[in-house]
Order: sequence, then structure tokens, then C-alpha cells
Amino acid sequence: MKFGVVVFPGSNCDRDMQQSLQNDLGKEVIMLWHKDKDLSMFTTEDCIILPGGFSFGDYLRCGAIARFSPMMQSVIDFANKGGKVLGVCNGFQVLCEAGLLPGTLLQNESQQFVCKNVHLKTNDNEVLTIPIAHGEGRYYASDELLDELQENGQVIFTYCNESGSEDDFCNPNGACRYIAGIRNKAGNVFGMMPHPERATSSLLNNTDGIKVFSILGLN
Amino acid sequence: MEITAKTASQLRLTGEEFELIKQKLGRTPNFTELCAFSSMWSEHCSYKNSIKWLKTLPRDGGRMLVAAGEENAGLMDMGNGFGVVFKIESHNHPSAIEPFQGAATGVGGIHRDIFTMGARPIASLNSLRFGNLADTKTQRLLKGVVKGIGHYGNCFGVPTVGGEVYFEDCYHTNPLVNAMSVGIMKADKMISATAKGTGNPVFIVGSATGKDGIGGASFASADITAESTEELPAVQVGDPFQEKKLLEACLEVIETGAVVGMQDMGAAGIICSTAEMSAKGEVGMRIDLDKVPTRQENMKPFELLLSESQERMLIVVEKGKEDSVLKVFDKWDLPCKQIGEVTDDKLLKFYVNGNLEAEIPAYELVLGGGAPQYTREYREPAYFEKIKNWNVKDVKDPGEKELLKIAEQLISLPSIANKKWVYTQYDSMVGAANVSTNNPSDASIILAKGTGKALAITVDCNSKYVFADPYKGGMIAVAEAARNIVCSGGEPIGVTNCLNFGNPYDPEVYYQFVKGVTGMGDACKKFNTPVTGGNVSFYNQNPEGPVYPTPTIGMVGIIDDPADAMTMYFTNEGDIILLVGKQQNDIASSEYLHKLKKTEYSPAPYFNLDEEYATQQFISSIIKNKLINSAHDISEGGLMITLLESSFFKGLSFAVTKQDKTIRNDAYWFGEAQGRVVISCSKENAQGIKQKASVAGIEVTEIGKVYSGNILINDIDFGPVEVWKKKYDTALENIIKN
Repeated sequence: MKFGVVVFPGSNCDRDMQQSLQNDLGKEVIMLWHKDKDLSMFTTEDCIILPGGFSFGDYLRCGAIARFSPMMQSVIDFANKGGKVLGVCNGFQVLCEAGLLPGTLLQNESQQFVCKNVHLKTNDNEVLTIPIAHGEGRYYASDELLDELQENGQVIFTYCNESGSEDDFCNPNGACRYIAGIRNKAGNVFGMMPHPERATSSLLNNTDGIKVFSILGLN
Repeated sequence: MEITAKTASQLRLTGEEFELIKQKLGRTPNFTELCAFSSMWSEHCSYKNSIKWLKTLPRDGGRMLVAAGEENAGLMDMGNGFGVVFKIESHNHPSAIEPFQGAATGVGGIHRDIFTMGARPIASLNSLRFGNLADTKTQRLLKGVVKGIGHYGNCFGVPTVGGEVYFEDCYHTNPLVNAMSVGIMKADKMISATAKGTGNPVFIVGSATGKDGIGGASFASADITAESTEELPAVQVGDPFQEKKLLEACLEVIETGAVVGMQDMGAAGIICSTAEMSAKGEVGMRIDLDKVPTRQENMKPFELLLSESQERMLIVVEKGKEDSVLKVFDKWDLPCKQIGEVTDDKLLKFYVNGNLEAEIPAYELVLGGGAPQYTREYREPAYFEKIKNWNVKDVKDPGEKELLKIAEQLISLPSIANKKWVYTQYDSMVGAANVSTNNPSDASIILAKGTGKALAITVDCNSKYVFADPYKGGMIAVAEAARNIVCSGGEPIGVTNCLNFGNPYDPEVYYQFVKGVTGMGDACKKFNTPVTGGNVSFYNQNPEGPVYPTPTIGMVGIIDDPADAMTMYFTNEGDIILLVGKQQNDIASSEYLHKLKKTEYSPAPYFNLDEEYATQQFISSIIKNKLINSAHDISEGGLMITLLESSFFKGLSFAVTKQDKTIRNDAYWFGEAQGRVVISCSKENAQGIKQKASVAGIEVTEIGKVYSGNILINDIDFGPVEVWKKKYDTALENIIKN
């Protein structure tokens, strides 16, 4: 399985993602410029990643401009053909803007940017520690949609405390139903606010990010 | 219009300076030319009142690859062909007026200094000082500054990995915002800020030029008064997205080999970058100002020359290679326009629509060239009398039972409490290289990816000590920075400084400056950490007086193997806690004395440069020999706060007993005598460390052990670690929210 990492102007986690995949997970990575369109080197067994950052400065709604870039049109086609796509942080916002994932990401409840380690609960009730860094990460959707996501098992990570339960302090941005990451119905497009690529190196004393890639089947 | 001494004085040039300009030009300057001199000879650009003393600092040797002041930032050898580039700079005056943009553009400016040399910034730090946090004005400034730093740094994509925040009344009107950037590069790939080669084209790259920040440099060279808020246009507006593109494009364009020289545009915009690049290359430039892309119509020549619009670069390109440069900037959708060329007459000639608007020899404008250099008078400040009259005997030593309450008060002081409210608003982990997130040390430890090494970085200055004794305080700032790096397992290699002082024309302020710089220099010599550069910020003063003299030290250290880094927290129950360095009967200038006993005037705390150096050498050797499990230096709040901070990360408590009955209780637990470090180690290693210490002539005292129950001080129950941690973690936000 090889990876493509899209570089938008303002992406700033693209190199982290590349290094994490190459050096810590031993993967082949091809960097993709937003103005290009060619994804012919990838099959649907491969994965395209939209990295974190501030694409186009995020001066409009986050991700609202990036979705119009030429490469995104190819990524949308790729996803519709069943290719795997992961959006992290700003990448998650781009996927929601592009309509590849339902819902939207609003400004954090605190009205502040927040960067810290948080605890995430997986669907197997495992608790992982993964960093977040965002100002607009509050996942929001209608109650009907949220019910549907939960019934379909499309919620892949929720915020929790150290022991895996929910409390008043574990939700870092006020996300609906503690949602940190979701997938589409078909199960090939994933979006999450936390940054697994920042937690794949033993030198940083946290390798829980490797588990994230593994849970998503991206290993 | 007629140009007279009055015009000059309106532009903040003295009568003498006006005469000097006329003499140098051999004629009366026109208004545009006078504006150029006004900016370039401002304190901010010319260092006219400080350069004499800056030259006394150790400015070469060690691992330095370029001498201080030669380039935009210092470059030091990391080994294996890599270099580390770093610099700290102030943005105090803009932040006082418009905290969000002031702080944001401070961050943007310092990063540009790093990548204009061809280095990729990998870490950012800052040193912030405000007035009383309970005051709503302070809260507004703090919120604005923190948001501004986050806004710029988070988007730009360089982690903010460390810093310091102090709250003292003297910073009420004049907050200090000092930002530091650290980058790495291949040491032999440095791009110099030098123009060369007659006929080579000169390009302006990045944002269009507007009227923002006109006269910013001279604005930063005046006291802040009630009218200062009317100077809003002198504050620049930042666009971190543009700068992120500029970073990537500049690093890419350097790869083409077409770049002859490059300089970012900071203070004094086009005039500064053209003058400095030309003077250094001993060439001239012909610039057509009408070719500069502008965001406003009808900008006057002086506005174009002086504008401090952000995110711009001046690049001299090898003639014939223009296309490869244009291609890169086009890829990044950045405007790149040729505005002139290098000439051989050493003159800066600025044209508008073919008409010569200004003609000035480049050399006459710059520091080290024609810019004036002054020797200012200085005298011992009158307040020293109050310090000399202070007597420790006038302070009643608290009894053992009062220690708990004092410790609770200290841990909640804004200058001591956790700055989580501040730093969680910064992206501290982008770059995936911040080792300290999950393994904190006294300095911030960042992997220098690609080099196999790590950097230990810190910013430090306790300005209260400098106020009490400028010479000693200057030394302590350097010593504390070195101590933090040594306690993290690093080898200190160099310093960048940000010298924040009041009005240099006040002899008492100038005394603080002279003594502070001398102390700093002497300590840098001792620690073999040359000063690679930095900046001077005078005029941090208002009608009520100057700020504390604040020579902020940014220091960089190297850790050859990241696995050898040392952490600051207790790791194992049962480990022995040792105090390295001598306890002193000293509470002078401590937070305890100042904030709890409300005594502002007392001497600087105990400090001995030779002892300090020996202690650090000892700490370094026991870390290298892998004898200890943690090292945390004693600073604000004294031994008690150091112990508490050591307990928080893993929630391991401690049982510690006072070992020397001849020392006052407050001095033992809360005194801030320098040169002390708390270490923890296994029982087996404790004996060996003591023996090594006695051979090395270092005092090491066993004071207790790491423990799992409630904290015990002299066998008195101080309660669980979690309760203390909560106080420490929430004190700041409790004050801000109330």
C-alpha cells in the first residue's frame, strides 16, 4: 500500500505526515501538488492523505477553498471509485467541505486554538493518547445525522478521559457526542481532528499514532 | 518644501544629526532622503546608543560560523555539516498599542530573519512580560499577545516550544514581547544578505507594499505616551499564510543556485534592505520605486521606502537566471517583481517614473558606516540606596507550621504557576519533533531531524535580579539559561539576546544597560557561549518610569544523541533526592520576599560565577555517566517550588527534611540563591555521586526521597500531589476568568 500526501499552499503537516509514513511506518510516499491532477500512479488499494495546516490561510471557512483545487477533483473521483482517503485536522475540514464526509467543523467552544495531548476511545474501547492542534475542530451535525453515524458505526474515535469514559473535561472543543473522527458509509474515507503522524516515533515517547493507522486499515 | 532642523526633529533626528547628514551629503537632504536617514539612524536600526557596549560582548569563537551582526541571525556549527541559526527580537512597542498584530508580526519578523539565510525554522520561543494580571488592561494585552503569537506561529507551522511569562507592575504600560526563532540548515549553504555583481537584477518578492508600519523603526525608538495610540498606522499587519508560502518558495529558490543575496524586509522596509545589502557588498543600487507592487494608490516615495508591510524579501539574482527564480515564485503564487539592479557606484538611487527622488551613499545609512555612535553618560541609580538599606533581619523568619501556607501562595503566583492557559493556545507539536511534550526537561528539547541530534533551547531572564544588581543580574540570566540546558543533558553553545531597557538618555537607565551587558558578557565568556546577535529595545518607558532592565537570553545547546536527554521530573518511587550546590541564608529578590512580603528593594540573590560553572560541569558529567533520573534547577519560588514541579509530571510525591538548622526557614525553602539543582537517582548511585562531588569540590546534600504517599516536609503532611498540581495548573486561568 502506498500513500499520496496532498500539499496545499498553507499545509504545514505535510512533511510530518511524509516522514511519519516513510520513517516510522516504512511506507512509500508520493507528495502531490495541489495544482496537479494526476493520480494514475495509485490504485484503490492505496491511500491519499490530506494533511493538517492552514490551506489557503483558512481565511475563509477552513478547507472551503482547498476543495476547489485541481488535485481535490481527482481525490474526489478517487474516493468515489473506492480509493482510501484520510483527512487529518485541516484535511478533515477539506473532506467535509468537499462533501466526502458528512457534518462540519466549527470553531472550538472555548473560542481558542488548543494544542495538547488528548485521549481517544476506539470502537474496541482502547484508549489512545494523540495530540490535537486546532481552532476549528468542533464536530457538528444534526441529531438525525449523528444518530445515523452512530448506528452505522461511522464514528471511529471519540474524546474520553484517561480511563476511557466521558466527563466534563475530556472534550477539548465541544464536539457533538465527543466525536473526534468519522468515516463515510462505504468505509473508505476517514477524517479526524487529532494528529496520528505526531505520535509514531519512540523518540517522542508516543507511538499510539501507529495504532491509529492500523485501526483505519492503513498499514 | 524647505528642509530644516525642525523638519529633522519632527522626524526624531537631533540637530547634530541633521548637521551630520548635511555634511555627509554635501548638501541639504530632500524630504525623502531625510526620511531615509531618520529610519536608518533610529535606535532600532542603527544601535547608536548601544553598539559601543555590544562590541564588548564575546562575538566570535566557539562554534560560530559567522561573526555576530554580520548576517540576519547567528549561525553555529552543529557538526556533521549542519548549522543552527537563531535569533531573538523584540516587538514591544507595537504590542503595547495593538497586542494581536504587534505580537503576530514579531513572530513573523523573527522567522524571516532565519529563513532569509536559507535555514528552515524548527522552533519558536518567546519571553513575555506584563503588569499585574488582576488588572483588566493586562488581561487584554495578555489575551491579544497570546492570540497573536498563536495566530501567526500556528499557521506558519513552526512549533512554539517554550518561553517565559512574568507579571510585574513595571510592565503595566510597556509590556515586553520578545520572540525567538531557531532553524537548521546545511552549514555551507548559507545565503548572505549581500548585494554583489554590477548589473544583477534586484527583485522584491511577497506581499504588496502598503502604508502600514511607516516609521515603525523610529516609533520603536521613543517612549510610550498617551498619544502613542494615535500611532496605530505604525503597527504592521501580518499574514502568516503569505509568509508560509514565502518560506517554502525562498528555500526552493535557493536550490536553483540563482540567488546572489537575500534580505528580509523588517524595520524600515525597502530603505533598510537596499542600504544594508549594498553597504555590505560595497556596491550601489538603482531602484525604480514605481515598479514596487503596491496595495494602495498614490503612495509617496518616502512611504514606499519606509513601509514596513510584512512578508516581503529583497533578492539579488544572478543576471540571466531570472527565469528559474520567477518560475518558483509563480508556482507559489507569490508576486515577484524586478525593481532595479546592482550598480558599482556605491550609491542608492531611487527613481519614480524616471525622476531621481533620492540619492544617498549606502554606507552612510548603516550601522558600522555613517550612522552615528554615541557614548552616553551613566550613573548609579538613586534607588540603590533603598537596596543597600535592606536588612534580612527586618523580615521575620516563618515558623515550620507556616511553610504550607506560604507554599500555597507561591505556587499560585502568576509568575510561578503553570502557563498552560498560554501555551495550549500555541501549536507546540507541529514538526513532530518536540521531545519535551511527553518528556519534559528544564530546556525545550527539539529533534533536529536529518542531523541525528537534538537541540536544547531556552529563554531566560529574571529582571528583578537585574533591577537589584544589573551586573550580577546580567550574569545570572546567562547562568540560568546555561543551567537549564545542562540540566537537560545539552551542551550550551551560543546566545542570542534581547536587551529591553528604558530611555538611554536617562543616565540611571543607561547605568543598568552598561552593567547588565557587562555582566552578561562576562558570564558568556565563562560558559563559552558567544553572543551571535539579537536586538536592543530601548525606550520601554512611560511617564511613570522605565521597565525593569530586562536582558533576555535565548540560549541554544546541542544534545548529540537525543536518547541522552535528561528530564526534570521524579521517575521512581524510592529514588534519593539530592541537592547539588550550597544552601544559602538568602531570601534577597525572591518571589517570596517581593510578592508575599511586599518588599521590592533588596539585593540580587547569591551568585558566584565560578561555583555556578563548576556545578554545571558536575551536573553535565553525572548526566553523561547516566547516574541520575531527573535534574531540575532551583529558580523562582526556591527549593519548595522546584520539588513540587518535579513531582507533577508523574504524580510522584516526595519526603524532604531541612538539613541545615543554621539557615532560616524561608531561605531554605523559598530562597532563590543561584547555582542549585535538585536531582534524583537510585539508592545505588547516590553514594557514587556524593563521592564524585567531594572530589570535584561540589556540595551535594541528601535531602529526602521520592515517595508515593502525601508530600512530607520535615515530616509534616503537605497533602497529595494532585491537590498541589491542581493549584499550579489552574491559578492563571482562575485569575483571568474572575
